[in-house]
Amino acid sequence: MANVLKKIYIALIFIFLYAPMLVLIVLSFNKSKSRAKWGGFTFKWYTQLLSDSSIMEALVTTLLLAVLSALISTFIGTIAAIAITSLKKGTRTLMMGITNIPMLNAEIVTGISLMLLFIFFNVKFGFTTILLAHITFNIPYVILSVMPRIKQLNPSAYEAAMDLGASPFKAFFKVVFPDILPGVFSGLLMAFTMSIDDFIITHFTKGAGVDTLSTKIYSQVRKGIDPKMYALSSLIFVTVLVLLILINILPGSGKKAKEK
Amino acid sequence: MSNKLITLENISKSYDNHLVLDEMNLYIRENEFVTLLGPSGCGKTTTLRIIGGFENPDTGRVVFDGKDITKLPAYKRQLNTVFQKYALFTHMNIAENIAFGLKIKNKSKSYIDDKIKYALKLVNLEGYENRMPDSLSGGQQQRIAIARAIVNEPKVLLLDEPLGALDLKLRQDMQYELIRLKNELGITFIYVTHDQEEALTMSDTIVVMNQGYIQQIGTPEMIYNEPENAFVADFIGDSNIIDSIMIRDELVEILGAKFACVDTGFGENVHVDVVIRPEDIELVSPEEGTISGEVTSLIFKGVHYEMDVMANGFEWLVHSTKMFPVGEKVGIKVDPFNIQIMNKPASEDEEAVQIEE
Amino acid sequence: MKNKFVKWLSLPYAFWSLAFIIIPLVMVFYFGLTDKTGKFTFANILSISLPVHFKSLLIALLLSFISTVICLLLSYPLAMILSSLNSKNNKLMILIFVLPMWMNFLLRTLAWQTLLENEGVINTILRTIHLPALKIINTPYAIVFGMIYNFLPFMVLPIYNVLCKIDKNLLNAARDLGANEVQTFLKVTLPLSVPGIISGITMVFVPALTTFVISDLLGGSKILLIGNVIEQEFTLNSNWHLGSGLSIVLMLFIIISMIITAIFDKDGEGSAL
Repeated sequence: MANVLKKIYIALIFIFLYAPMLVLIVLSFNKSKSRAKWGGFTFKWYTQLLSDSSIMEALVTTLLLAVLSALISTFIGTIAAIAITSLKKGTRTLMMGITNIPMLNAEIVTGISLMLLFIFFNVKFGFTTILLAHITFNIPYVILSVMPRIKQLNPSAYEAAMDLGASPFKAFFKVVFPDILPGVFSGLLMAFTMSIDDFIITHFTKGAGVDTLSTKIYSQVRKGIDPKMYALSSLIFVTVLVLLILINILPGSGKKAKEK
Repeated sequence: MSNKLITLENISKSYDNHLVLDEMNLYIRENEFVTLLGPSGCGKTTTLRIIGGFENPDTGRVVFDGKDITKLPAYKRQLNTVFQKYALFTHMNIAENIAFGLKIKNKSKSYIDDKIKYALKLVNLEGYENRMPDSLSGGQQQRIAIARAIVNEPKVLLLDEPLGALDLKLRQDMQYELIRLKNELGITFIYVTHDQEEALTMSDTIVVMNQGYIQQIGTPEMIYNEPENAFVADFIGDSNIIDSIMIRDELVEILGAKFACVDTGFGENVHVDVVIRPEDIELVSPEEGTISGEVTSLIFKGVHYEMDVMANGFEWLVHSTKMFPVGEKVGIKVDPFNIQIMNKPASEDEEAVQIEE
Repeated sequence: MKNKFVKWLSLPYAFWSLAFIIIPLVMVFYFGLTDKTGKFTFANILSISLPVHFKSLLIALLLSFISTVICLLLSYPLAMILSSLNSKNNKLMILIFVLPMWMNFLLRTLAWQTLLENEGVINTILRTIHLPALKIINTPYAIVFGMIYNFLPFMVLPIYNVLCKIDKNLLNAARDLGANEVQTFLKVTLPLSVPGIISGITMVFVPALTTFVISDLLGGSKILLIGNVIEQEFTLNSNWHLGSGLSIVLMLFIIISMIITAIFDKDGEGSAL
């Protein structure tokens, strides 16, 4: 009985989370441009997607931003995480406190504070300002996912490597780096995701000419969303879904089959 | 001896089609220190958890003080457990940890305060009331876990490898502490461990288990001196276990040489296992020995020397206070009383020896 | 690795955080405390007492509070169920809760318009089973709905994480000492999960309090939250001084909420029982 209730509860939450996904996928096949009416089934939004240069441009901008900001923030953040752990306690606490600010502060405040910075120093708004903003809010995620790995490191492993004749530099890349790599990788992935999903901070730091998918969608809210956006989002969603299934479920089921 | 307090009748338990306990029968007397001893995976912890009420057996009954408690949930049982790694509530201080069970039973504040004082005194940690568990050493946490269990005045205290996480010296101290506690409290202790020395030091009765079966039940002396099968002999202490032939009563052929022994009733020309403890082997000159060989290794162990002697194709483990250098030819002599004859297991499988006490 | 060279490696990040975290915050205070001519003033901050601004702050506080409470009530049982599953299903379950985040957040929220509209999917279903239709869209209820939808995972995941970390032997120990299921939950599980609840509350409350997108999309631009007011000052009116002043007020509330939760956390860890 209790088990049935549990399953019903999970199912209800599941429906709550996925109902909008279903709506968007259905809308991407809707002939009518209106969100409220079903006008029949069509593939045209998918076929027209590639030839819509403004959407394609926004997609490229979004991906480019995500890749660049994830790589740069992972680079800076990983070095920072290693360096911060070696600092004295007082300085370390200060640095971690500062690192936490963008995570705890409201996105809107982070957004406007960067906007004011660029206004004050007369920086021209555009791709660069968005990139700087994305790197800024991504670094803390990288630091926080690398840091625990560094703390778990066995300090004698590094010393043992040097004892066995490795230079400090070599010891780091042969012994320390492989150990923190999972943290670095999950930081990178998280930074990529945060960048793709961001709207608020991009909204305040973008210039007139540049648009990411998010800001483009926001600009269409009043006049009506271009159904091609539904098509594109559905494609992205299905791609991620398939990737996740491939990564997470297939190796597991393979193992299970072997056991039996 | 006093009457049976806990009886396990035909207890079986399996996880995911893997049989952990098979038709186990066991009784535990009042005021007894019983140790369930065996390698990991032998079913000893499962047995304890079934007694504690954290697992339900697939078949069989648990009888406590004459009543069937098989279906009774853990919180209604008159026994308390000291958990592996202590399981202290980290969000409560020491006094609150100890008071937990008493507060649940709505005891008065003054009663609870008295009990906390008494329990802390008993485990030699007076004045620790307001400390947090994290600030205590492993040994101290262990004592608090014991205090938390005994304030509830259980009839039986279950201890699941409680000393496993402590270092050697502390473990030995805690062993004496536990014996003292048991005598002071006058209750039954059921103790689970894989450490044979711990079992031999503390127990009134040892239950040796392997692969879900009871191998032997007996006093520490019986278990050590008269192991009933090769598994018990091998698991308890160091020993030489040798495939041999029982020629007739009181005579056994070991590695081609005839040794006098005291066992009878095995029949004639029967394959048996012989157990000889390393400290029971006497090294003499080659002519004096029943068989002779050569010392192949020598280690100083403090109280004695540990030597390997290669004789008749078998490497004999010998403990002796006399030293024989590597390469020396020596003879091996064993007192008939120290040759322990055991039946071969019925099959290649780790078999179940049906034992009645 | 504690050598001098490694310490110097913290400099690039130190500069970065100075330039893009500290100085921008100083900018907010600079703009918030000056007028258009650059003179020092409290007027921007005090403008929160204007009825329009004050009302938007109150509504934001109220709606984000309600959303946080509902999120907590929905998430706790869910996290408990998830943490009790065996580990094989577990990973999949977590995945299911993170996956929606991969669909654009604006589109996901917009989809609720389609579902909640007066002639929308939900009302059509309700009518066919002869239940009264809901008038939710463009009301505060829709905004609360959107907040819960968007921020629920932020509440579930931290609670799930602490619940998973609780040693099962602690629960056994409580039962062993005579506590039944309810007592075990109240005295052991709940107090031990306080840190997860606290971080869940902050992770839901702050974004809910400061949002302007959800109210924009589901409130039909009739209901202004403090976030909407600030956003409009920056993008429509280009009155950065007023916008910054109101942001300072908003940050004050964020800091207050963090202090409250920090105090709660201490209490929870210290003297629970």
